[in-house]
Amino acid sequence: MTTPLHIGFIPLVDAAAIIVAVDKGFAAAEGLEVTLVREVSWSNVRDKLNIGLFDAAHLLAPVAIASSLGLGHVRVPTVVPFNLGINGNAITVSAALHAAIMAEVEGDRFDPMATARALARVVAKRRKAGAESLTFAMTFPFSTHNYQLRFWMAAGGVDPDEDVRLVVLPPPYMAESLKSGHVDGFCVGAPWNSIAVDHGVGHILHFASDILARGAEKVLAIRQSWSEKNPQAVAALVRAAQRAVDFIEQASNRAEVARLMAQPDRIGVDAEVIQRTLDGRLKISPDGTIRESSRYLLVGREGAARPDPVQAAWLYAQMVRWEQTSLSPASLATAMGVFRPDLYDGALGPEAVKAIDSAVGAFTGPTFDPTDIGGYLASFAILRRQP
Amino acid sequence: MSAEPSPKIVIVDESPIRAAILEEGLREAGYTSVVRISEMQSLLARIYALDPDIIVIDLENPSRDILEQMFQVSRAVRRPIAMFVDQSDAASIQASVDAGVSAYIVDGLKKERIKPILDLCVFRFNAFAKLQDELDRTKSALEERKVIDRAKGILMKLKGLTEEEAYVLMRSTAMREKKKIGEIAQSILTASELLK
Repeated sequence: MTTPLHIGFIPLVDAAAIIVAVDKGFAAAEGLEVTLVREVSWSNVRDKLNIGLFDAAHLLAPVAIASSLGLGHVRVPTVVPFNLGINGNAITVSAALHAAIMAEVEGDRFDPMATARALARVVAKRRKAGAESLTFAMTFPFSTHNYQLRFWMAAGGVDPDEDVRLVVLPPPYMAESLKSGHVDGFCVGAPWNSIAVDHGVGHILHFASDILARGAEKVLAIRQSWSEKNPQAVAALVRAAQRAVDFIEQASNRAEVARLMAQPDRIGVDAEVIQRTLDGRLKISPDGTIRESSRYLLVGREGAARPDPVQAAWLYAQMVRWEQTSLSPASLATAMGVFRPDLYDGALGPEAVKAIDSAVGAFTGPTFDPTDIGGYLASFAILRRQP
Repeated sequence: MSAEPSPKIVIVDESPIRAAILEEGLREAGYTSVVRISEMQSLLARIYALDPDIIVIDLENPSRDILEQMFQVSRAVRRPIAMFVDQSDAASIQASVDAGVSAYIVDGLKKERIKPILDLCVFRFNAFAKLQDELDRTKSALEERKVIDRAKGILMKLKGLTEEEAYVLMRSTAMREKKKIGEIAQSILTASELLK
């Protein structure tokens, strides 16, 4: 007997596990008849998951938490039995801003503290000269991109709400907006940073992995009520996704994976651009400079697929830091309860892959401790709400 | 219409024709304050400046995510809410998703005043989809006509047939092979291209 499922996704490289699970037949082998539905906005994905048009979805990790807390929208308890990606974003800036930051940077230009301090000096000089505030784009209010940009610039003394303008922009508009000067920089997932570089309009300043060693990015989200009624289907989906990430993480399979994902009804960009991301080998400036990182995007290795409640807690802490919600033990427990390693372990049994190191590993600030979010946030000079 | 002033409605749609159809419908129904936005640059700034009571946006528009930021600006006085928030009316939510339209409603507008506006949007969106569909079908019929004419020309030249005979030959072949005449005509064009 097959179970029909509708799964929504946004055309991004970290939808790989879902796309490969379906297109390589891993989902069918688990008795799932999956229809993948490509969407144009996170709002659509969230709403269609909430009202039951989707059984599961490729979703921003913070949106799954926000839905469960009822932030910004209707409250729909959501669970995450599988983490689709760790890291994978990058911060890209215009040629002009890149030059300005490089002129100010002291020390290693790949050190986010050095670039954040340089940005602070650029911002101060612009203010003195009476220039307009710099504008940075991200993808959604409840997004890792929003939090990573804020975390980075605030570390250098730039207040993301006072000193610059932060705007939401759909990823396909990012490169164009950088070119037209509507934005000076952005934080977005793959392949959009590479596309801006390839078009000669942007320089990749940082990989998200410079900011956090390990940051939960997209998740496989399911309504809690649906997951409780369909435990078999959830387990089957987890197994299919695990087979997919095992396949993707084999370097010899990358070309095939990139080709599958490049199809017009999947991501619809050049296979070569997708492979760059999977390999963590990115062109970071229009002159062809290449930068490699073994941590650019983790889809399954190092236990990346196992949902980690500490990651959910860190994202919740960012929501508190930037005044999207208030700090409460009940909300923290709800947020952490969204990420369900028990569902992952239960589906895979002894094959479940655990992380060796589950620390968030931010480039600055104290070691994150979910039991003391108030203390953690108090260590940052710039924050919206005193916890 | 009640004595209350007409709510200010903003339509965000990249399809200018659909937006015009929607605006016309709203105006006919007595809503006098309607503004269309088709340019997505600086969308939020424009919406803040217009200060609408209702924002209508198509679901195929990636800019929907931009509107979500409005919920987050704690300093904004008038905060809109999405229509999907009110789950009491599952049927109308389903209808609007099927039609491909969504709305954001600023606090304070009464539910009974919103419903007719949303129904009208759904109706007009569906009407537009039907129109688009008919247009696409007409277009492809025209395309097929052209292909058949060219194939006829090739047969006439190569086999010394009259126009009538060429058409009959294609039609009988199509019937024998259980294919559409357009497909047979296309194969003739492809073959003649290859044999050039």
